[in-house]
Amino acid sequence: MNKFLSAFIMILLSGLPVNAELIIHEVKSKGGITAWLVSDNSIPIISFDIAFKGGASTELDDKLGATYLMAGLLEEGAGNMDATAFSLAAEELATSLSFNSSRERISISAEFLKETTNQSIALLKAAITQPAFNDAAFERTKAQVLSIISRNQTDPRKIASNAFNKIAFESHPYGRPYQGTANTISSLTQDDMFEAHRQNLTKDRLFVSVVGDITADELLIILDDLFGGLPEKGALFPNVVNFKALGGNTIIDFDTTQSTALWGHSGISQNDPDFFAAFVMNHILGGGSFTSRLTDEVREKRGLTYGVYSYIANMDYANFYGGSVSSANDRIEEALDVIKEEWARMANSGVTEEELIAAKKYITGSYPLRFDGNGQIAGILTYSQTNDFPINYPQNRNSYVEAVTKKDIARVANRILKAEDIHFVVVGSPTGLVATE
Amino acid sequence: MKYFYVAIFFLCSSYSASLAIGEVSTFTLKNGMDIIVIEDHRAPIVTHMVWYKVGSADEPPGKSGIAHYLEHLLFKGTENLKTGEFSKIVAENGGSENAFTSYDYTGYFQRVAADRLNLMMEIESDRMQNLRLTIEDILPERGVIIEERNSRTENNPNSLFSEHRSALMYQNHPYGVPVIGWMHEIEKLTREDAIDFYERYYAPNNAILIVAGDVEPQAVLDLAQKHYGIRIASKKIVKRVRPQEPPKRAAIHTIYEDPRVRQPYIIREYLAENRKPGDQLEAAALTIFAHLLGGSGKTSFLGKRLQLDEKIALNVSAWHSATSYDPNKFGLYVVPVPDVSLQVVEDALDLALDNFFEVGIDQDHLKRIKTQIKASEIFALDNQEGIARAYGTALTSGLSVNDVKEWPNILAAVSAEDIMIAARKVLNPKSSVTGWIRGSQEIAE
Repeated sequence: MNKFLSAFIMILLSGLPVNAELIIHEVKSKGGITAWLVSDNSIPIISFDIAFKGGASTELDDKLGATYLMAGLLEEGAGNMDATAFSLAAEELATSLSFNSSRERISISAEFLKETTNQSIALLKAAITQPAFNDAAFERTKAQVLSIISRNQTDPRKIASNAFNKIAFESHPYGRPYQGTANTISSLTQDDMFEAHRQNLTKDRLFVSVVGDITADELLIILDDLFGGLPEKGALFPNVVNFKALGGNTIIDFDTTQSTALWGHSGISQNDPDFFAAFVMNHILGGGSFTSRLTDEVREKRGLTYGVYSYIANMDYANFYGGSVSSANDRIEEALDVIKEEWARMANSGVTEEELIAAKKYITGSYPLRFDGNGQIAGILTYSQTNDFPINYPQNRNSYVEAVTKKDIARVANRILKAEDIHFVVVGSPTGLVATE
Repeated sequence: MKYFYVAIFFLCSSYSASLAIGEVSTFTLKNGMDIIVIEDHRAPIVTHMVWYKVGSADEPPGKSGIAHYLEHLLFKGTENLKTGEFSKIVAENGGSENAFTSYDYTGYFQRVAADRLNLMMEIESDRMQNLRLTIEDILPERGVIIEERNSRTENNPNSLFSEHRSALMYQNHPYGVPVIGWMHEIEKLTREDAIDFYERYYAPNNAILIVAGDVEPQAVLDLAQKHYGIRIASKKIVKRVRPQEPPKRAAIHTIYEDPRVRQPYIIREYLAENRKPGDQLEAAALTIFAHLLGGSGKTSFLGKRLQLDEKIALNVSAWHSATSYDPNKFGLYVVPVPDVSLQVVEDALDLALDNFFEVGIDQDHLKRIKTQIKASEIFALDNQEGIARAYGTALTSGLSVNDVKEWPNILAAVSAEDIMIAARKVLNPKSSVTGWIRGSQEIAE
């Protein structure tokens, strides 16, 4: 058996007592499969978190939704088991398997009792390597997806995000609805499922994280067993794309009392030297805590919304800077005006020393709280791997935050925040707002 | 596959988290405040929660939404902290926080490094009795809850359908009023309404402190003594007695139409027994009955029959809301495939339920469910906040710590006969509300 790489990393949960250690091993199997592992035998359970990059972004336009449908079918029968037999097997073991897909990922997670490791892995392997895609399951699942697509057409958030993606990324795969359309889903065949499986579940895009009561030696054998039979290479990944929408408003009429708005303009890459400055800046501007400027101005002072957020979006092949808010039709215009003012205020004058200190305390202090539970930790490790972070990232991340200065934030805010470039997509019957062409 | 997500689903899997028993210690302060400590020493993190035994079902008539509005207002100023300072302190200590309101409880929590517990207790205790509400605080916050209702309910026909059905189910009990409140009543809530409710219900003898995480029970007790021990017990706290349902005399059928609905479906709910102190068998039997009927689309009785065999349903589900202060609901959910009408699936559902009693219980299925219950006790240990919530929900529903500890044993001991008895009782058409939801274009069905 191969030796695993000796990258034993200790995360000292900064700001917390020293007994908090998370040791991440990078292991590499004989067959060349890499995984990040946290061995922890305090509870006799094991969590796997598996990601395949690409997802719906690798599909051809006329096969839109094939990956989504295929991923949904992975638990609908495998090997000689039909959907019921597969579910029965999982229930007998009390093993949870979940299969999801999104715009650029297929995500698989498994949680099982240590005593069922062999049987649980066999079941997971069957789903990953020998999905059946049989007639009954295919037709049933297809009908479920069509129902979801139909319901999305009257869901304000879905209407807004589909429109936003299209305006932002046009004909690039990111501009398409990853669940497909009624037309594309209807025309998909079982052969398309086998092809989507062949193109997406491949070694060149595989990332594996494991947390729980399992040793590196035990995992190494499982890795080759689970993934050794997968093809080396899959579908081509998309090209890098710039954010294309120009400043202005898109209004989509929808008969409801509250308008839902999404917005965005170009963003910043995770590789940018000022990324952490932007990250801290965004926390202060609208990063999801009760103390952000947007929450204070739009929610606390004016009572215009239940929630307002801004975020730095980093996908594999695009970045943008976005946000969301919902307000009554007669108040949304005021909410958007306040957001634009705050955008400009941050761009022009950055943050105060007091805001910076408070933000750093929160961002660094709350980081360790995320490492809560095996499944959670496995998910964080997979996120780190798919974003190409080094294995010691969790250890160093807070020092990147600590290094950010007021000057850094002023510089990056002025560079990336452009109130006049914001494109708003508003779904509802807003009063006062005017659409731009 | 799990493509179908409807808000009701959290109810059907809710028993998994409630099974966990870590190291649990309990205390009661002299002022009547109960304390529960759940140890988890894997990471130096703590979840600090205060649950009040008051919820929307305790609101005065005409003041719906006041429990939830007050929950929002507890983030405003006190005698000692300015508006917004509470959240600022939590954030500066790297903590995350939130609060929640339901029919039977209102809860506040922070997750934070274990060495900050003292500070969290200090500020949480402060707002238990020192709240100071100004007009500048309360008017914008009313706008916030109006927008919250807009987001959660007005913008979502499934939510509107749900509150409509509850209003029909509960002809006398306040569970018929939505937690967030009716819009026309939210719009008229005042500062006085909030203060009256606060002074009536916020007191140590109406509260439960739950601390889960890397803590020693005795140390938690000492801190609680110091911070919560100084709060004065209220004489106004009495056992909650709410108006109960009259005898149910006729099945109710309702059709909700909304142009935004693209996928019609049917939900039928029956009034059902909840877990009662020292008497949880019937609720346990109903919980397992729900799993047998509709726990999974591919292995449950209704799933196999309506989805796989007859192929008339896209999705089915069954659930039982076991943990509540007063009797709650047992529900069934069926989504028809295209071109099959709601009437056809409702008829098929009725036939299937009749058939269930003829066929009896599949012993293998019952065994699998029990295996899962047993395993879920182990999985639950991995979820500190989940255990804390399970205790909070149970204790604000009138149950004791011992009831919580016994619940998994009671579930494990439920027999096929217990299930049949509970099933026959609960599926009483006269205590049911059957709702159809569909787009308004389908009137001429």
